[in-house]
Amino acid sequence: MDVQKYQDPDVIRRTLERKRIAIVGLSGNELRASNFVGRYLLRNGYDIIPVNPMEATILGQKCYASLKEIPGTVDTVDVFRKPDAVPDIARDAVGIAAKCLWMQYNVISPEGAKIAVDGGLEVVMDRCMKVEHARYLGRMHWLGFNTGRVTATRN
Amino acid sequence: MSDDREFGFSTRTVHAGCRPDPTTGARALPIYQTTSYVFEDCEAAAAYFNLQEYGNTYSRIMNPTVAAFEERVANLDGGAGAVAFASGLAAQSAALFTLLRPGDHVVASKALYGGTVTQLKHVLGKLSVGLDFVDPDDMGAWRGAMAENTKCLFAETIGNPGGNILDIEAVAEIAQANDCPLMIDNTFATPFLCRPLDWGADIVVYSATKFLGGHGTSLGGVVVESGEFNWSNGRFPVIADPSPAYHGLAFHETFGVYGYLMKLRAETLRDLGAAISPFNAFLLAQGIETLPLRMRQHVANAQAVAEFLDADDRVGDVSYPGLAGSKYHDLAGKYLPGGCSSVFCFELPGGREDGMIFIEALSLFSHLANVGDAKSLVIHPASTTHRQLSDEELAGAGIGPGTIRVSVGIEDAEDLLWDIEQGLSAIGAS
Repeated sequence: MDVQKYQDPDVIRRTLERKRIAIVGLSGNELRASNFVGRYLLRNGYDIIPVNPMEATILGQKCYASLKEIPGTVDTVDVFRKPDAVPDIARDAVGIAAKCLWMQYNVISPEGAKIAVDGGLEVVMDRCMKVEHARYLGRMHWLGFNTGRVTATRN
Repeated sequence: MSDDREFGFSTRTVHAGCRPDPTTGARALPIYQTTSYVFEDCEAAAAYFNLQEYGNTYSRIMNPTVAAFEERVANLDGGAGAVAFASGLAAQSAALFTLLRPGDHVVASKALYGGTVTQLKHVLGKLSVGLDFVDPDDMGAWRGAMAENTKCLFAETIGNPGGNILDIEAVAEIAQANDCPLMIDNTFATPFLCRPLDWGADIVVYSATKFLGGHGTSLGGVVVESGEFNWSNGRFPVIADPSPAYHGLAFHETFGVYGYLMKLRAETLRDLGAAISPFNAFLLAQGIETLPLRMRQHVANAQAVAEFLDADDRVGDVSYPGLAGSKYHDLAGKYLPGGCSSVFCFELPGGREDGMIFIEALSLFSHLANVGDAKSLVIHPASTTHRQLSDEELAGAGIGPGTIRVSVGIEDAEDLLWDIEQGLSAIGAS
């Protein structure tokens, strides 16, 4: 499938401006990629809501067993699960009126994307929220990574 | 918005990696000549050392000026990122060290820069890594050398100094079929003339000392990686498994496409220590700003010099792949449509003595051991770098007693032809 249509810089930048992020599959193990991403987003001013039925708190934040149990609104649903778990998560994301379904690296689910788009959500796929934040708003270039950004403006 | 636009190569040579400094507005790349960096607080310091955030800790591992140079090269090559080193050989050894462990095996082209041959033979041997050299033109030889423990294929885009053009796509297919990365030394071509990652290579290494910098003032090397190789394929536990040198971090799983590069920086560069100076990185980044302009002139001048030599009956074989008669002409058309860079050899039939007469009669070509300078350079291997070898030993190294290597610079072509004519006339007059 053409994942590039779900990697639109405008959608990514718009999503990074919204602060309330539910992370589905956030691990309490601090060596796992999801924990790196959650910690990074927390330290960069985002509200993080772990969705993990196996834990009570992760990174000091109360865990919820599913998206539907989260009180209040959720802007972005960030997914660290196997691709076959995504369609159900997408249905829940539509149900709670999130604005974006974001799938991390190797979480490729055309079906989940379609459910989200049909439900009025924007979709990002096969992209890391930490990396994209660091690319547009952070310090990814401090470690010699290719941000792909070319600009003569100061900000 | 500029994030939506695919900028051209020349635009990126000037801009990539160097945005205006957010603090001061400085438009040129600032030289951050500092060893270390003050942490915001203890939590930030911990996050940087745990690699949980992108932060500066110590200039052996990262530096903002060096990072701008790294991003510029990574961008031009279409890689995920880059890590710079104190020299090209330091970059190459670190790139290999990161993915190898004792008992592994490397297959390399035998048409390589002599310093690389020595590094592969002796350093890999000390690490108990096996090595086979193959004829880079012979795909059967590459396939035949592959073993159960082969972990890397290595070659140069344009062989030094014989001018072999590698069929990168074909060798990349062999690498892929054997779950191995293909590492290419692209020093001669630079990303302006060839981007090996576009043809299936996984890692590109440079001596930035040469054409990238262009000025012959600064040593430096750089490693670019595509981010696309699957280091978790079961054959690279050295990258995929939890690292004892980093509190159990599994680099490929945690950092995904950036896993190899993080390991290269946070472990290999940290532990082996061949860091580039920020000042050298500044000069090399500055050099890249004129890369397309220089490479066009290098190529045009090299073509003119090669054709002049090729048409002269006082001269034997001319190894420039840009000549219509070269056996690499078709491969050059495929991989190097903008030209074959400007380093090549030619033969003087009179052997060692004529080689020395030729060199001494030149007054514009500089007689020295380097390539890729804006100035034209020349060397006679049989009387300098290979002086101790017999004619038989020279032949084994692919060098004749009358072989002259030139690195054609960006001067006026007419002046270079005038100088070469001085050299050839001196042979006839002696």
